[in-house]
Amino acid sequence: MEKITGAEAMMRALENEGVDILFGYPGGSIMPTYDALYDHKKTLNHILVRHEQGAVHAAQGYARVSGKVGCAIVTSGPGATNTITGIADAMIDSTPLVVIAGQVGVAMLGTDAFQEVDVVGVTSPISKWSYQIRRAEDIAWAVARAFYIAKSGRPGPVVLDFAKNAQTGMVEYEPAKADFIRSYDPDPDLNEEEIREAAKMINESVKPFVLVGQGVELGNAREELKAFLEKADMPCGTTFLGLSAIESDHRLNKGILGMHGNLGPNVMTNKCDLLIAVGMRFDDRVTGNLATYAKQAKIIHFDIDRSEFNKNVKVNLSVHGDCKKSLAAVTKLLDKATHTSWIDGFKPYEEKEYQKVIDKALHPTEGPLLMGEVIRKVSEATNNAGIMVTDVGQNQLFACRYFKFTKARSVVTSGGLGTMGFGIPAAIGATFGAPDRTVCLFVGDGGLQMTIQEFGTIMEQGAPVKMILLNNNYLGNVRQWQEMFFSHRYSFTPMLNPNYELIAKGYGIPAKTVVERSELDAAIKEMLATPGPYLLQCAIMEEDNVMPMVPPGANIDEMILEYKSK
Amino acid sequence: MAFGGQCGECTECGKCERLLNGQTNDDSIKKEEKKMEQDNSVRLYTFIIYSENVPGLLSQITAVYTRRQVNIESLNVCASSTPGAHKYTITAYCTRTMAEMLTKQIEKKIDVLQANVFTDDDIFINETCLLKISTPIMLENKDVCRMVRLHQAHIVEVNSIYATIEKTGITSDILSLYDSLKTLGCVLQFVRSGRICITKDYTEHLDEYLADREKKRNAK
Repeated sequence: MEKITGAEAMMRALENEGVDILFGYPGGSIMPTYDALYDHKKTLNHILVRHEQGAVHAAQGYARVSGKVGCAIVTSGPGATNTITGIADAMIDSTPLVVIAGQVGVAMLGTDAFQEVDVVGVTSPISKWSYQIRRAEDIAWAVARAFYIAKSGRPGPVVLDFAKNAQTGMVEYEPAKADFIRSYDPDPDLNEEEIREAAKMINESVKPFVLVGQGVELGNAREELKAFLEKADMPCGTTFLGLSAIESDHRLNKGILGMHGNLGPNVMTNKCDLLIAVGMRFDDRVTGNLATYAKQAKIIHFDIDRSEFNKNVKVNLSVHGDCKKSLAAVTKLLDKATHTSWIDGFKPYEEKEYQKVIDKALHPTEGPLLMGEVIRKVSEATNNAGIMVTDVGQNQLFACRYFKFTKARSVVTSGGLGTMGFGIPAAIGATFGAPDRTVCLFVGDGGLQMTIQEFGTIMEQGAPVKMILLNNNYLGNVRQWQEMFFSHRYSFTPMLNPNYELIAKGYGIPAKTVVERSELDAAIKEMLATPGPYLLQCAIMEEDNVMPMVPPGANIDEMILEYKSK
Repeated sequence: MAFGGQCGECTECGKCERLLNGQTNDDSIKKEEKKMEQDNSVRLYTFIIYSENVPGLLSQITAVYTRRQVNIESLNVCASSTPGAHKYTITAYCTRTMAEMLTKQIEKKIDVLQANVFTDDDIFINETCLLKISTPIMLENKDVCRMVRLHQAHIVEVNSIYATIEKTGITSDILSLYDSLKTLGCVLQFVRSGRICITKDYTEHLDEYLADREKKRNAK
């Protein structure tokens, strides 16, 4: 058999896994692989980012909207350490990634060689699997295993630390396939006892409430979820990452859970008699004070990851397995039911929130622009069919509250890690993952500058990212907390901003700034009608707060609807 | 009312069902209370973990304890009786709730085959220690030899300067030997192994698990 280099074997192994796009940045220890890539440009579309953090976030954005494994490739040392934030982000948000990092040759390992860092040691705690490829012979096996682990079960990031001698070594390449690891069961058999018990508890419940998480989207179980909800007529609330797991305007979708969620779902969490969590992990931003969280209710938890059961919230029944299968199995055993008066019980809270918060956020008649109105207008201009990408902070919280969803896999936001700077590169990745859809990025003036170098990537690729810069000249969310909980002491949150429009134009990105409310509709229309990328800067009211809010550590049903600055 | 009180009259407290099943009211409540107490009280747990023999896994496993702020008391790692599988025996003080969370998080590591947690009641425990004691003091004070015999320890080496004593047993026996010899002022060095143990179950859980996995592989 013909012998090829390890670098060439890596290219073939990636193609064998169906990879057609890589986000990366070259450097010393990955040069042999980049040399091999030069001959595979037709099949492996390499997107040159401007910083390695951008590569991983772009791969995340790609993975989140496409459902495929995102792939990033970087060099050793600083190249590898620059990917850490993205890997940790993908771990906590269950995003399937394979990150390939160059490494010094094995003879140099452990000698503090130039650009050497213990990548496996550093990434093990924040990745699903981290492996050092030391010989060309291991490439086919390691790559197959990496993709299998990344995408199966509860997805997550995998790191391949690719030693230089493995890249240059000669090997007889044969494609490998991984669909079984004896120490790892990504598709556990359903336990019939659990299924029967869950159905019994739901059938006996008069006030059931369902918590929908990203697990539903990751498990491609949207239809199963809907059948489950509709058969037993159960209202639901979603997490941020689960926002597009069900249509925003579905009769049974009562809104968002948690700190900046909707009033109804949070209050009703502490009023229901049965709480059913599906593919979510009871994050502290969702539960508030655990000591008073849903104490009156029995709790059922559906999850594919056994270690999530009883981690934050003690449950009465755990249903272990892929929710696509478990939801369907339970639905079969459910009685057809109606819970009209229970569901109607959400109405007063919806009305109260609309009157005190939503109406003011969406329909202001005077004063500067508000984030809520901009976001809702953009959402409606895409017929609520766009992909919402956000950075982190007020822009994210407002976007999650006011963007509306009709299609699956439409949310790209950094939920668990809360990574500022995530937005721009993730949006770039999303345009490649879903080229037929409109990708709308909401970003603040803080987060924009954390990865602003990716304007270069947007320019080079012509990536059609519709960037809506919600500029309030503050690190808005921290400022809000300072106002509310730190006696109005704005410690290093005011931002002195550059002329973003000019910067965008410097990168050849069309840009416009909107100050007046009357110009907003036309500007959004122009942004969406312009082919390719666009930066729409909106001059937002400086000291606006995201409301309602469950203050940190407070009970989930005690939301503040209005806050008057002292 | 045969059972007295509220039972039999309401459907809410759930006690009636238990009573009909032959449990007395007090017993079941006591049982529940005991379970609650166990869940929240800190005691020594023994974790038995099996993994594939791959490099780097030990630090991943110990990192799970560190992250949850649990200190490892003893740790023993060795090839197991199952070819290719390594066995870790780890002891740590924590609550039952924490112990269960730790095992699930350890088991989540890709190359970990199984992780289980036991109390001392569920396992046979053994530990070894070596003591180096001063030969002149041993010859001078007859109590030294008496203590060694009393604790069923063995003298494995003697020369004119020191004697080496070996003792195998449970932790408390070993500490008792050490304390008594230390009182006699003859201890020069003292080392203990980590704990090893076997479960009191008739079958080996790991083999069942592997057979199960093999079945799943063949079904593919």
